[in-house]
Amino acid sequence: MGKMSIDLCGIELENPVIPASGTFGYGYEFAELYDINILGSFSFKGTTLAPRFGNPPPRIADCTAGLINAVGLQNPGVDKVISEELPKLSRFFSKKVIANVSGFSAEEYAETCQKLNPCDQIGWFEVNVSCPNVHGGGMSFGTDPKAAAEVTRAVKKVTTKPVIMKLSPNVTDIVSIAKACEDAGADGISLINTLLGMRIDLKTKRPVIANTMGGFSGPAIFPVALRMVYQVAGAVSIPVVGMGGVCSAEDVIEMMLAGAAAVEVGAANLVDPFICQKIIEELPAVMDKYKINSLKEIIGGAH
Amino acid sequence: MEQKVFTVIQNIKIAKDVYKMELSGDASGVSRPGQFVNIRLDSLFLRRPISICDYSRNSLTLIYKKVGAGTEIMSKLGVGQKLDLLIPLGNGYSTEKSGETPLLIGGGVGVPPLYGLCKKLLAESKRPTVVLGFGSKDEVFYEEEFRALGVPLFVTTVDGTFGQKGFVTDAMAGLAYSYFYTCGPMPMFRAIESIAKTGGQYSFEERMGCGFGACMGCSCKTLTGNKRICKEGPVLEREEILWEK
Repeated sequence: MGKMSIDLCGIELENPVIPASGTFGYGYEFAELYDINILGSFSFKGTTLAPRFGNPPPRIADCTAGLINAVGLQNPGVDKVISEELPKLSRFFSKKVIANVSGFSAEEYAETCQKLNPCDQIGWFEVNVSCPNVHGGGMSFGTDPKAAAEVTRAVKKVTTKPVIMKLSPNVTDIVSIAKACEDAGADGISLINTLLGMRIDLKTKRPVIANTMGGFSGPAIFPVALRMVYQVAGAVSIPVVGMGGVCSAEDVIEMMLAGAAAVEVGAANLVDPFICQKIIEELPAVMDKYKINSLKEIIGGAH
Repeated sequence: MEQKVFTVIQNIKIAKDVYKMELSGDASGVSRPGQFVNIRLDSLFLRRPISICDYSRNSLTLIYKKVGAGTEIMSKLGVGQKLDLLIPLGNGYSTEKSGETPLLIGGGVGVPPLYGLCKKLLAESKRPTVVLGFGSKDEVFYEEEFRALGVPLFVTTVDGTFGQKGFVTDAMAGLAYSYFYTCGPMPMFRAIESIAKTGGQYSFEERMGCGFGACMGCSCKTLTGNKRICKEGPVLEREEILWEK
C-alpha cells in the first residue's frame, strides 16, 4: 500500500481525498474534466426518499473566503439514483462511493439507506443529520443527541455497510452528539457540515438568499472545522472524516493531524474544479517537506 | 469545459456603467453564441459568470455592466492582466429552428450575446432583424456594431432620448419574423411572451455557485423537468418555460 493510503471503516483508500457531498453531483460533471478514479472516494449528492427540487432561487451568495448555499437537497430521489445515477457513474468510477443520505424522519432515513444497501458501488453511508436548508428534518436531527442516536440506530438496523454520521457545527456541544452516535452504533463521524449564515443585499435591503439563511462554507470556516474535528476525534474511538474549508494538501495534513482519518473537500471544487486532482498530486511533495512517511501515521498526531 | 488563462487586451467603458473587455486566449472550445465564461477574480471566492458577446478561435469579447463587487473589480483590470476562465459554459442559442427571418430582441446588458448570434445567423445565410431596448441614450451600446452587420435594426429607449420611444415590444409589434431569440430582464421577457407569435429562445440569468452543474445552486423548474441555468441553460426554449408569478 502506498504512503498516502488510509483505512476508512475497514475499507482501504488509495488516498484520503474525498470530494464532499453537494459539490460533486453524482460525479460525471467532473469525470469529463479528469479521471476521478484518482480520488480516495467521493460522497454523492445528498439523496432523499422522494425527489426534491429544493428551495426557491436565489440560493447562492458569495462571501469573503466562502459562499452561502441554500440549495435544500435538490436530488432525483433514491429510486432514480439507483436506476439512473449509479449505473451512469459505474462507467466513470470503479471505486466504492459514499452514499450521502438525508431524511425527514428516522424511518425515512432508514428506508432510503435500505434501498441503497444492496448497491455494490456503495462502500459507506454518510448520514446527513446536519443540512441547515430544510425544515422539519436535516439539521434538527443533528442538534439533539437523542434524535441523532435514533437516526443512527434506525439506519444501522437496515444496513450492512459502515455508517458515518455527518454532524452539524450549529450546536453548543458537538462532542456529546458525536458520542451519542458512537454509542448508537455509528461506524464513523464526519464533520463539519456548513455553518448557518446569511447576507443582506444593500440595494434591496433584503436577504440575498430567498430562504433568508443558508449554509456557509469555504476556506473561512477551516479553523472552526479543524477545532471541531480535533474535539470529536479526541472523544470518540471510531474514525472521523474531517471537512470544512479544505483547499490544499497542507489543509489535508492539518485535518489529519487534528484526528481525521480521511478528508473531504467541498466548496473549493466549485471555484477550482481540478482542486482534488491538484491536492492528490501535491500531497507527496508536501509530505516530504514535513518529513511525513505515511499519512496513516499522522492521524491525530496533534493530540 | 476547460480552465484557460486569457490576457486582457482592451477594457473600455462603452456606455453608462457598461464596459467592453477584449481577451486573447484559447477560445476554440466555444461552440455556440449565448454560452458564457466564469471568471476568477482576486479577493472574491466565487467566480463571476459573464456572457460571451463575440468569439473567434483565439479571442473573446465580453460586455458587462458594473453592478456589484465582481464587475467593479473587472472594470479596473488593465491591459496585460491575466484571467483564469472556465470556458465554455452553458448550452447557448441553437440556430436550427430559426427559419429564414429570425428576430433578435436584446434588453440592456442582455444585448451582448445576441451580437455573436446575429453573426452566426448571417453566416448561415439567414436574414435576422434586431431590436435593442435601453432605458436612456447614455445606456445605448453596440448600435453601430449591429448596424455594421447590415441587418434591419430598431433601437428603443424608455425615455425617447435615442431611437424610438418605448419598449422593445413596441418595435416588435409591426414586425414579421420566423422565430425569436432574446436576452434581457424578466419584465421584458414577460412582455415579449405576451405578444410573441412564434417559437423562440430566452436566455436566463441566476446567481450561480460553480457555473458547470456541480452545485445545483441555479436550478429552475421547467415544463420538461428541473434544469440548471448554468448547464442545461442559460438558453431555454419558449415551450418549456414555466412562467411563475
